[in-house]
Amino acid sequence: MTSMTVDNSLALPEGYWTRTRKAGLIMVLLGLIAAVYLTAIVPNEPARFFLGETTAASGASFSINGKVGTLIFGLLTIACGALLILTNKRFGLYVGLGLAFFVVAALIWQIAETGGQVPLSSLSKITMEKSLPLIFGAIAGVLCERSGVVNVAIEGQLLTGAFFAALFGTMVGSQWFGLVAAAIGGALISLILAWLAIRFLVDQVVIGVVLNALALGLTGFFYEQVMREDTKSFNSPGLLPVWTVPGLSEIPIIGPALFKGTILTYAALLLVVAATVALFRTRWGLRTRAVGEHPAAADTVGIKVLGLRYVNVMIAGLVAGFGGAYFSMVTASSFTKNITGGLGFIALAAMIFGRWHPVGAFLAAIFFGFSSALSSLLQAIQSPIPSDFLAMLPYVATIFAVAGLVGRSRAPAADGKPYVKG
Amino acid sequence: MLFQHEVHIALEATLRLELRGITKRFGDLVANDDISLTVEPGEIHALLGENGAGKSTLMNVLYGLLQPDSGEILVDGKAIKIKGPGDAIAAGIGMVHQHFMLVPVFTVAENVMLGAEPAKAGFLNHAAASDLVRTVSLKYGLPLDPDAIIEDLPIGIQQRVEIVKALTRNVDLLILDEPTAVLTPQETDELLGVMRGLRDAGKSIVFITHKLREVKAVADRITVIRRGKVVGSAEPTAPESELAELMVGRSVVLEVPKQTSEPGAAVLKVSGLVVADDRRHRAVDGVDLEVRAGEVLGIAGVQGNGQTELVEAIMGLRPSLTGSVTLSGQDITGWATRRVLRAGVGYVPEDRSVDGLVKEFSLAENLVLDLYDTEPFGNRFALNPRAINEAAQGRVEEFDIRSQSEQQPVGSLSGGNQQKVIVAREMSRPLKLFIASQPTRGVDVGSIEFIHRRIVAERDVGSAVLVVSSELDEVVALADRIAVMYRGRILAVVPPNTPRETLGLLMAGITPEADS
Amino acid sequence: MSDEQHPIPEPSPDKGPAHAEAGRPYLTTEKPGKHRGDPTLWDNFKKEFYADNTFTVTLFAIVLALIFGGILMIIGDADTRAQWGYFFYQPLKTLEASWDLVSKAYTDMFKGAVVNPDTVNRWYWDMTTWQQVFRPISETLTNAAPLILTGLAVAIPFRAGLFNIGGQGQAIMGAIGGGTVGILLKLPAPIVILLAILAGALLGGLWGLLVGVLKAKTGAHEVIVTIMLNYIALYFLFWYIRQAAIDDPNRSELISKPVPDSSIFPKLIDPALRVNLGILLALLVAAGVAWLLKRGTFGFELRAVGYNPNAAGTAGIKVGWTLALTMGLAGALAGLGGTTMVLGTAGNLTGEVVGQIGFNGILVALLGRVKPWGVVGAGLLFGALQAGGAAMQTFSGISNELVTAIQAMIVIFVAAPLLVKAVFRLRKSPSAAASAALAKG
Ligand SMILES: Nc1ncnc2c1ncn2[C@@H]1O[C@H](COP(=O)(O)OP(=O)(O)O)[C@@H](O)[C@H]1O
Ligand SMILES: [Mg+2]
Repeated sequence: MTSMTVDNSLALPEGYWTRTRKAGLIMVLLGLIAAVYLTAIVPNEPARFFLGETTAASGASFSINGKVGTLIFGLLTIACGALLILTNKRFGLYVGLGLAFFVVAALIWQIAETGGQVPLSSLSKITMEKSLPLIFGAIAGVLCERSGVVNVAIEGQLLTGAFFAALFGTMVGSQWFGLVAAAIGGALISLILAWLAIRFLVDQVVIGVVLNALALGLTGFFYEQVMREDTKSFNSPGLLPVWTVPGLSEIPIIGPALFKGTILTYAALLLVVAATVALFRTRWGLRTRAVGEHPAAADTVGIKVLGLRYVNVMIAGLVAGFGGAYFSMVTASSFTKNITGGLGFIALAAMIFGRWHPVGAFLAAIFFGFSSALSSLLQAIQSPIPSDFLAMLPYVATIFAVAGLVGRSRAPAADGKPYVKG
Repeated sequence: MLFQHEVHIALEATLRLELRGITKRFGDLVANDDISLTVEPGEIHALLGENGAGKSTLMNVLYGLLQPDSGEILVDGKAIKIKGPGDAIAAGIGMVHQHFMLVPVFTVAENVMLGAEPAKAGFLNHAAASDLVRTVSLKYGLPLDPDAIIEDLPIGIQQRVEIVKALTRNVDLLILDEPTAVLTPQETDELLGVMRGLRDAGKSIVFITHKLREVKAVADRITVIRRGKVVGSAEPTAPESELAELMVGRSVVLEVPKQTSEPGAAVLKVSGLVVADDRRHRAVDGVDLEVRAGEVLGIAGVQGNGQTELVEAIMGLRPSLTGSVTLSGQDITGWATRRVLRAGVGYVPEDRSVDGLVKEFSLAENLVLDLYDTEPFGNRFALNPRAINEAAQGRVEEFDIRSQSEQQPVGSLSGGNQQKVIVAREMSRPLKLFIASQPTRGVDVGSIEFIHRRIVAERDVGSAVLVVSSELDEVVALADRIAVMYRGRILAVVPPNTPRETLGLLMAGITPEADS
Repeated sequence: MSDEQHPIPEPSPDKGPAHAEAGRPYLTTEKPGKHRGDPTLWDNFKKEFYADNTFTVTLFAIVLALIFGGILMIIGDADTRAQWGYFFYQPLKTLEASWDLVSKAYTDMFKGAVVNPDTVNRWYWDMTTWQQVFRPISETLTNAAPLILTGLAVAIPFRAGLFNIGGQGQAIMGAIGGGTVGILLKLPAPIVILLAILAGALLGGLWGLLVGVLKAKTGAHEVIVTIMLNYIALYFLFWYIRQAAIDDPNRSELISKPVPDSSIFPKLIDPALRVNLGILLALLVAAGVAWLLKRGTFGFELRAVGYNPNAAGTAGIKVGWTLALTMGLAGALAGLGGTTMVLGTAGNLTGEVVGQIGFNGILVALLGRVKPWGVVGAGLLFGALQAGGAAMQTFSGISNELVTAIQAMIVIFVAAPLLVKAVFRLRKSPSAAASAALAKG
């Protein structure tokens, strides 16, 4: 009769309206908006979706009547909310699904209203593309912060990566070398971060912010002084080749997104799997998490806390820097000043939204990429919904996440705390 | 019950440890001053000393967490260099720290294997780790579920995980740093049993404590440390009074001179109070309590039985779920802390560095932390530094706070003087009720006496006083009535002359009637 | 007094000074010095100068950053870079070319930021107006004003234990508030300017308050929330400028109607010089903040909460309320910075109306050691660097992006005082220990 766990008779009941149920309530409300309000205002016109990457009339397509569509997807959203309230379980799944249904309803409304045309494969392809730098950045954040070092310098790492990719890719005349250089560039920022944060105990957020400024200044300076003077010898790495996986890339909707991309696309997918396995299945991962949660405990069993933190911060730099090549070799074929434009901060948001887990970070990155793709789509079909507000979505979502309004995201316990022995 | 699976285990390898002239300084403070000590193979060696004597520091040096300024460590006669815990483990030394070194979100098995993980090509072998936990815990009679998450486990079991963690590393010498501070008397007895079992299995044990009874019950040899120095060693047969004198440097009278109380009307009334802790468990589970003017009510109990939450709820620092708190007939349930304080309650929190003081602030600023925005110290907009400093000078004198100047940062004062700053601040308002949690924890003997006398004086001018302490001796010395708290409830309110055994049983949750 | 506390977060604020030092063992192992006779005056001077005090560290940080800046210029200049290829054939010529490049650039910088002797000379011979002589200073002060305000917006919360990265967003909201009143309200100058200032402070303040309230109510980390709110504010600005009442119908780009002259901040010295009410506003605010932190009741609460929120709460200070109010105040100051940008210099709302003042404010606050007058000094330095950078770009052809890099480097060196000490072997940091620390890194 040993009591192995806490006697839960002392645990307090949570009350009926748990977070999950409250989120369910919000889902129901959203669903009602779609099913009642949108259905009322949407014109009785079909909304047409194309499966392919283009809207050529010959392409496979399907359409759905506006009123029917908003009603159905509104009801589906309500169903998700109801399930949340009734079961009080599976928060992530139903909230995700509910939001997705709601978005579809809204999309149908807009398309029926504007008569715009939506190529779905292209939408998913753009989503994936916009997500790419976020995936690299967010996973770099995860790797760093799981060991207890806050990485606000993702932006600077991406930027330096983009810069190094263009500069050295051009100078050496090899894109592959450019990719390696990009990784090294990110790692250089990491080196300063690690050195100042771990050795000199400088506040990690402070140093991250300052490093972003440093990266911006240095790359901006050399861009204007060197690259712009002589684009041909310093800033024309060219676009990375697109590799198509035969067969798989033909899968409607997701095929082109996943199987028709540059090496970065495949590397990103691999990275998600590798980071997850490494963090949760390997000795390195266990020690990393221990160091991020309770460094003193790790120290007392002989783990070199500071050494491991150095290693992880450096790995994070390599990952983010490599992802930075996206900016100068995938979406553009050269570097420009401040080419990352703050995406590093969205990556940071994705990491938090994804709860410091590689898969979570990946899904969050996809979600943010999607909202960005959607915003360009709505602009393209001249929707009256202001795209600026859609662009705010990732940031608003992240505030909700950190405020615990939709499930709380909790950082590793020792995140940001320098470790001092004794 | 918990540890009854002791089995006889064949004698294993043994280890003889010798520390020679260990000195460790923190700035000006000499935490260990030329300490020498020998632990014979297979003995339980108790290290006895007051809070702050330097016991943990010495053991951290031994375990490689701190580097000594001078001195050497010998294992089986050979001098070894311990640069980090890894070296200590390799030398056969294991340690259970005063504050557990467990990752709360990991499972038992993950914690046990950390740093010595069974793995193949870097990939963890969880099954092997679980097996190891089971084997070791069976061998030494310390049952554990390898898959339980640490933060869900009660303190006693977490301690067991720590012991098993050390044992899986095949250590021959185990350091236990104040292992009983968090245990009930029952659990303590069980732990002492486990220690004997380990000794019989050939392990050496360094047992750190400041509790005399435990030392006498289990130790083979005793070394007493005071202010960083070894002041003597003794056999367990030595009388308690002698040990105590060694420990604090003079004969201790924990008797506080005081008259019998003449309690007046009830000042504090707590009824049906339920309070949740940070993990949303019922830390206070329906407490009824009354403290009358001119009496000291002491709350005894093992740390972590809801005392902290009870006091915080009274002070408005923590919401109460149900129940009420009244002060002189006025309902103060749910009042903000500031209102409670200004209604005539003085409060000394249990952890002075966390809750009591702003260490970077000057002594003077800390003395007005409660009333800075009232005349004469200031108003809603501006402070009046002159009034603040003048008041500080007066209080420094009155409360015998040893300092260079009232502009000195409070963090640079000694623990006892810091505590006196808090007492001075909290006693400087007109009070109806004075609440002190662990009023003398980590405080030197001189300050203890001073603080105790002030508390009794406060009672004698007619305030109601509530003292919470996990030191039973302190409660017995101060209280006019003792309430014993166990698992969020007041089990009984008894007079201070109640036999210690009865109090001990109450602290373990056993009421005399139920026992018989 | 507590005002003298080290602004850069120390590793273990909960422990006393003894502990904090122990946390940085290389600081405490001061060995008894070797005595070599009585100290001379020169020795004393050296001792004072090299002592590891704030001023010296800051000075050396600036020097170090300028040296690095010079190296960057050399790498960035095609001719000089080429010349380095012949270093072994023409070492002197190489060094001379490098020196010429760097010294000309820094001279131009000085001329653009402080005073240009040529102009003074020309004015003496009546070849130019006196206004031209003051132009560099005027530019410096003009740039410094918003930086001081956003710097204070970072410094104040820092003292309360909050890191406000949201100066940018708060400045944007302030620019929207101040700009809207300035553009739309048709009232006499002093009234409309006063109202615009209030509107800017109010909107920025609300934007900051939101952070504080979220922090107090839900524990949401202010660093994350402020970063997110920066972007939300930016997109809101984009949208806002396009609204009919604000948008300039005659121009296709993202730009608002111009602010009428009656709402423009009055110029301080002369209409020909840009320096305006903004710098006065900034200095006034800095003085107010300095008073608040030292003598103000709210300042006492703020510092108490910053050092130890638990103890503050236990003594009856309303911690959540203090945090919220602190962020509100900070937002208001950043909002003033934004207002200064629209009404002081820009004259319309655009997507880039506040420039980078929010982000630079972080650097300014850190360089100023989060003390009000320190922030003023740092703001002036950054203002000068920016004014000088523009001149350097024009006259030496060196991109003023260099200034961003130099600013960041100064702050890195200041934030890691140990680093500067190690490089310059300042006293109190026994050189052996410090270089060992460096070597191990
Ligand atoms: N890391 C440290 N830095 C500075 N002082 C310390 C440190 N650790 C302990 N001390 C001081 O050393 C003394 C001895 O502490 P400790 O060994 O923990 O005592 P004990 O374990 O006997 O209660 C105390 O005064 C304590 O404040
Ligand atoms: Mg101890």
